[in-house]
Amino acid sequence: MLDLRLYMLQRITALIMAPLTLGHIAVMIYAVQGGLTAEEILGRTQGSIFWFLFYGSFVLAVSLHAAIGLRVILHETLGLGGWALRAATWGIAFLLLAMGGQAVIAVTWSGGA
Amino acid sequence: MGRDSDVLQVSVWRGASAQGRYRTYEVPAQENQTVLDVVSWIQHYADASLTYRFACRVGMCGSCAMMVNDQPRWTCRTHVRKVVKEGKVRIGPLRNLPVIKDLATDMDPFFDKWVTAGGVHAPSATRDEPIPPVNPEETARLEASAGIECINCAICYAACDTVAGNPDYLGPAALQRAWTLLNDGKHGARDQILDAVSGTGGCHNCHSMGSCTAFCPNDLDPMSAIAGLKRETARTFFRRRRG
Repeated sequence: MLDLRLYMLQRITALIMAPLTLGHIAVMIYAVQGGLTAEEILGRTQGSIFWFLFYGSFVLAVSLHAAIGLRVILHETLGLGGWALRAATWGIAFLLLAMGGQAVIAVTWSGGA
Repeated sequence: MGRDSDVLQVSVWRGASAQGRYRTYEVPAQENQTVLDVVSWIQHYADASLTYRFACRVGMCGSCAMMVNDQPRWTCRTHVRKVVKEGKVRIGPLRNLPVIKDLATDMDPFFDKWVTAGGVHAPSATRDEPIPPVNPEETARLEASAGIECINCAICYAACDTVAGNPDYLGPAALQRAWTLLNDGKHGARDQILDAVSGTGGCHNCHSMGSCTAFCPNDLDPMSAIAGLKRETARTFFRRRRG
């Protein structure tokens, strides 16, 4: 159930996620070791275009990557196909995008939290 | 085969896919006998209505593949003593293919996918042109040569869990054939192959589990051939989309 287009999209999103994951872990270690409070962290991330783009692209890549991967599992394990498979793929992508997007807005939007 | 037992308990699938069942036969054990010998003995001496396929008996024709103790094997080259467990052997029709009757499967889906994957040779020159030389040491030719000894036995197809979960998947044998043609300097339809293996049932569905390579009786490596197709289709993805 993977054609070349979906295969490439999943590989490209994996390439995007790899450095972002390392960056995210590095930020977590830095924040924990420095003993930053939630307010101090939000003070640095809110209103920052950089962190909005960093976590925004992360969430977008995760939504596409995971939806394609789960699509394969749904097809091969549960036999889902046709419109149901398309609906499930898009549904998963939008659900992850909405949840992740909400978190990104809360952390990076000015006064969003 | 255990030396202390002179009779094998052989369970053989009888009937078609839906209403079939395993039936047990007692077969004289020999010091040297293949699984195909056992099936033939049952057909000759126990039940003449047993249906199965074979031709060459020496591992050339690829027609006698069956599930032996739930693993796909070429039965003419599989010694019973290698697979027997406590005097018992279970023989069934190849997995992932419709059963016609007993041990004979309908091979049409398997061979149709060879064609779908672009496995028909397209000439790159006419008979009036000089024959282009083939250098056996060339990298592409080495890739092609690695896969051309396929005997079409469908053991890899039966072993593939991706085929089991996704019936549209072209399968290891058809994709390996596509890979050999892609690397064949005399093949004239390279882009058609890349398109044929890039659809919803194409090479990108392979999970690289490697059952095809593990079970291939000729020690071929379809998994690496499929990886080659993935690399080549990915490498030319943007160029071919523009074109």
